[in-house]
Amino acid sequence: MSMLDVKNLHVAAEGKEILKGLDLHVNPGEVHAIMGPNGSGKSTLARALSGHPHYAVTGGEVLFEGKDLLAMDPDERAREGVFMAFQYPVEIAGVNNANFLKAALNAKRKHFGLPELDAMEFMQLVQEKSKLLEIDSSMLKRAVNEGFSGGEKKRNEIFHMALLEPKLAILDETDSGLDIDALQLVAAGVNAMRSPDRAFIVVTHYQRLLTYIVPDFVHVLSGGKIVKSGGKELALELEAKGYGWIEPALAGR
Amino acid sequence: MSTSTETIEQLATREYKYGFYTDVESETIPKGLNEDIVRLISQKKNEPEWLLEWRLKAFRLWLTMKEPTWQNVKYDPINYQDIAYYSAPKKKKTLNSLDEVDPEVRKTFDKLGIPLEEQKLFAGVAVDAVFDSVSVATTFREKLAGMGIIFMSFSEAVQHHPELVKKYLGSVVPHTDNFFAALNSAVFSDGSFVYVPKGVRCPMELSTYFRINAKDTGQFERTLIIADEGSYVSYLEGCTAPMRDENQLHAAVVELVAHDDATIKYSTIQNWYPGDKEGKGGIYNFVTKRGLCQGRRSKITWTQVETGSAITWKYPGCILQGDGSIGEFYSVATTNNWQQADTGTKMVHVGRNTRSTIVSKGISAGHGQNTYRGLVRIGKNAKNARNYSQCDSLLIGDKCGAHTFPYLEIRNTSAKVEHEASTSKIGEDQIFYCRQRGLNLEDSINMIVSGFCKEVFRELPMEFAVEAQKLLSVSLEGSVG
Repeated sequence: MSMLDVKNLHVAAEGKEILKGLDLHVNPGEVHAIMGPNGSGKSTLARALSGHPHYAVTGGEVLFEGKDLLAMDPDERAREGVFMAFQYPVEIAGVNNANFLKAALNAKRKHFGLPELDAMEFMQLVQEKSKLLEIDSSMLKRAVNEGFSGGEKKRNEIFHMALLEPKLAILDETDSGLDIDALQLVAAGVNAMRSPDRAFIVVTHYQRLLTYIVPDFVHVLSGGKIVKSGGKELALELEAKGYGWIEPALAGR
Repeated sequence: MSTSTETIEQLATREYKYGFYTDVESETIPKGLNEDIVRLISQKKNEPEWLLEWRLKAFRLWLTMKEPTWQNVKYDPINYQDIAYYSAPKKKKTLNSLDEVDPEVRKTFDKLGIPLEEQKLFAGVAVDAVFDSVSVATTFREKLAGMGIIFMSFSEAVQHHPELVKKYLGSVVPHTDNFFAALNSAVFSDGSFVYVPKGVRCPMELSTYFRINAKDTGQFERTLIIADEGSYVSYLEGCTAPMRDENQLHAAVVELVAHDDATIKYSTIQNWYPGDKEGKGGIYNFVTKRGLCQGRRSKITWTQVETGSAITWKYPGCILQGDGSIGEFYSVATTNNWQQADTGTKMVHVGRNTRSTIVSKGISAGHGQNTYRGLVRIGKNAKNARNYSQCDSLLIGDKCGAHTFPYLEIRNTSAKVEHEASTSKIGEDQIFYCRQRGLNLEDSINMIVSGFCKEVFRELPMEFAVEAQKLLSVSLEGSVG
């Protein structure tokens, strides 16, 4: 069964239409990169899929594992297995990062009728997953993202992803603001989670991230639609030529 | 798919679950207030002459006083003649065992989750249960008495320990203090009395649950806690009341006295009926609470979680008289729907090397109006005084208000006073972030609000921190919009 079926999606923000009939088809095990010039609607796609309240779906359909994703509240989508790594992760003062994750994880487990994890079991899981991303104990004890550097915030997002084990992970410009070291750590975290049951949508402006997270498919967004798709070489072509050459072509898929 | 706003509007509002009324035979004296009524109250309680005189002196002064008008809360004028000043469940005489408590009253406390049997859940907590104007049961009295600790209803203390009551009553809040203190001094019903002897650390939490039941009555409780040299006591009060269309007045007075090296920790979880969604009904909670750090190195901590009442009006404060004494105030006050609050603290530095800490968290939602009013007064002989104040307001939605009135009166140049304040709106981004991680709207808001209140909840006795958290989430239901 396909993981995600986006058909003719129209999305508006603040009354202005940004996505104008986007189609996308993602199967389990695949990594899809979404690239495009600024303002093309890449982040809009990510946020609309996750159910952000500022983005209104004005037309089209999205099926997640055959279910109507658009009919679900954002937290329902999350519990069903849709995860988004935020471009600008927000801080939540006074809420301990570890406690927050435990609550989130248990909400998901409850949704699937699984028993909740107790503190000990949770900490064991945390030990396993924190090593790869070099998440130290201070990041666990601090309030969610409070006082975290840009790199730490992005690593924290991937750490959350590792703990929640989503089916579909959407990375919204996860590479923005990262230096090479942080980028490699984040990529390592993502790659460690690649599996035949999981799919990734990687939204990025630059090719650089895709050297580390090698995609199966690359799509170019322009004018609110996907105007070109290809394999990983397309990313390199974009790197070399920029985005300008695509728009006049407007070759379908 | 519904947007956040639609979902919020559809959130079912949970009924104030303590809103039930207990059908028990009560003895309620006729409404109205005059000297005869004061005498009647005193007579019903079998009080000694000196206490009746004390009440009458206060009453006569009250008649000459004018109600204050400076507060930032609005309410219809109270008709003091339209209130019954005493109501007690009939079966009570002197209760030696729980069996003598009216079964309906017992059921009430069971329903409220307050165990009157010592073996129950709160094994480490002694409970004094006050139903309308009387204390109906006090647990663990014997065990505590064995250590010299006196924990009983105020009325009983008047009978068994008159010398102590006489010594301390009115020493921290004299009847001249303010309009409501004078009224309370005239008609106070019951409350708790605690005395901890020298060097004794009270081995369990002491708590009192106040339950208003009868209609058209006011509740005027009086609590007095004395910690002798080197002693320690932690006390908690909880309050609930039935849902009614009429407002009921609750004007209490609490006095704390801490001697040399003594510590008193006083925590309140206030959940009086707040009125309905249209602002009808609800308790008027007008309270005077003050602690006197009389001794050197004495310490008094006030921790309050105020979620109920139509109007909350109180400033638990400390007089830091003893050198090296410490006063603390940690507060979370929420106003939702049409609730109003004008609350804060008064820290009065008198002795040398005194310290005070104020952490106030106000949460406003619905059409709630939340005012923080704090006084830090440093007297001219209060050398090396230190104060730290932090008052944070959180606004949920755009129809509520938060107001701050800090007063700093500093008369000694060696004082160090810090004040921080912040006002924020609950971030939509924060809510969405929590939801994207799988937490539903309610849980997301609770998590964010709990994070906001963390510094205060940390100060609550462990047994009650969980209750406070739950209460907070219930009080804010249906608030985001």
